[in-house]
Amino acid sequence: MVAQPAKKQRFNALALFRNALSYHQNWEQQWRSPEPLEAYDVVIIGGGGHGLATAYYLAKEHGITNIAVLEKGWIGGGNTGRNTTIVRSNYLWDESAAMYEHAMKLWEGLTQELNYNVMFSQRGVLNLAHNLTDVRDTQRRVNANRLNGIDSIYLDAAGVKKVVPGIDLRGGGRYPVMGASYQPRGGTAGRYPVMGASYQPRGGTARHDAVAWGYARKCDEMGVHIIQNCKVTGFDIEGGVVKGVQTTKGRIGAKKVGMVPAGHSSVLASMAGFRLPVESHPLQALVSEPIKPTIDTVVMSNAVHAYISQSDKGELVIGAGVDQYISYGQRGSQHLAEETLVAICELFPQYKRMKMLRQWGGIVDVCPDASPILTSTPVDGMYLNCGWGTGGFKATPGSGHAFAAHIAKGEPTELTAPFALSRFETGFLIDEHGAAAVAH
Amino acid sequence: MLLIRCPYCEQERPEVEFSFAHQAHKPRPEAAGEPLDDHNWARWVYYQKNIKGVAHERWNHAAGCRKFFNAARDTVSSEIVATYKSGETPPVPESRIEGEDLSFDYENAEGGA
Repeated sequence: MVAQPAKKQRFNALALFRNALSYHQNWEQQWRSPEPLEAYDVVIIGGGGHGLATAYYLAKEHGITNIAVLEKGWIGGGNTGRNTTIVRSNYLWDESAAMYEHAMKLWEGLTQELNYNVMFSQRGVLNLAHNLTDVRDTQRRVNANRLNGIDSIYLDAAGVKKVVPGIDLRGGGRYPVMGASYQPRGGTAGRYPVMGASYQPRGGTARHDAVAWGYARKCDEMGVHIIQNCKVTGFDIEGGVVKGVQTTKGRIGAKKVGMVPAGHSSVLASMAGFRLPVESHPLQALVSEPIKPTIDTVVMSNAVHAYISQSDKGELVIGAGVDQYISYGQRGSQHLAEETLVAICELFPQYKRMKMLRQWGGIVDVCPDASPILTSTPVDGMYLNCGWGTGGFKATPGSGHAFAAHIAKGEPTELTAPFALSRFETGFLIDEHGAAAVAH
Repeated sequence: MLLIRCPYCEQERPEVEFSFAHQAHKPRPEAAGEPLDDHNWARWVYYQKNIKGVAHERWNHAAGCRKFFNAARDTVSSEIVATYKSGETPPVPESRIEGEDLSFDYENAEGGA
């Protein structure tokens, strides 16, 4: 038995008007929640953005629709709904640039393609440079980006001020000028003086839950089974070939298994009998009370691992760094949030008296080179997409698209080949630690 | 912030004094009697157990006595079950992952491209 597709009604102005007449009570269900079948051609483990995108492109581009997406919680409840929604592609190395720019191009048409408003807003992303080393690294990266055809511009301090009028170029004024730090019109320079920034106009933000929902809806339309509250507890592997997965909803047979976990890749790999070069760390973010529009772009700082943007609801969305230790508890330490807020307040003194409303953490699997793993595994028919660390959201469509091609062909593609597990043995690491515009 | 007891200083100090130094009790390939080839070297340098549950980890009292020591810490609750000096036997075992299956010899299996 093959999963049955279900044609969805179109979202458009007319549909909105028609449904308004019935007080929006009659919108159809966005996706079904079927009981799992005995077996599927492909089982995707992980119903986050990346997993759903993988299923979507498998169905759309490779004609494989007999797919189940297994999600241990609910759609949009994992890291897809916990990130700071930033999208950019200004990575240093060619391999990463290819992957993230591939994603960027898909982002640009995603709302139309999915017939679902993912609220992709290309409001631009700035990555600040606070000292001479930052300036040189940033200029180098901007040049590398441009060679890869990615829109990337270097702005000096005055240029930054023009794009972000609210920023304090002195970075606070907490400490007096020491040596050759930036000195605008005399006065005092702060802890985080702004000397310049890289600027990617096509970067921006997207509504993160809408990305998961949009993909889930389209997947369902094409006959993919989305199975929530279904946790994988083991694998059926015979002679090194995967035959199925054991779940809390029973055994599900599979010809191919694509693992797309966000923060539990080591746990899944252990069940399949191999280890991974990843460490799981908590990464936290926080949002403020909503205020009127105050910042119309995204500002990120490499040196302090703080980033800020404003959501459409008016909340300031602020991201912090990772805790130094391994953790599977979805919360971060208070002192990391405090350090981030100190930096934000020094860069934007006008936010000092604002109140933070919510704070949360997610588990990110970080590779030694801060680049993801998209790979075949020692088990035949089992494929792995993990290790996106602190920056997976921006890659969602590209990751899904590339991984779907890898699964369909059963071998690496041009995009996924550099991200193979074997790179840790061959030494061809893609070292984006610090190089990728933020310190991971 | 964690409160960590340094077994050398014999007192609890705030986490910011310490550096996390990853998996403990990880012998170099030659110490484990294995050839020092690319495969084993990658396993030693990059691969982590990354345990969910009680894990043995190394910490460095970086802003204190600067000595390395080991901790048995629960990676879900962050509770530090015990800290002990380098070279000592761990007082509690590490957690095993539910469903963990290490019966097949994947180390020597083909694949993993």
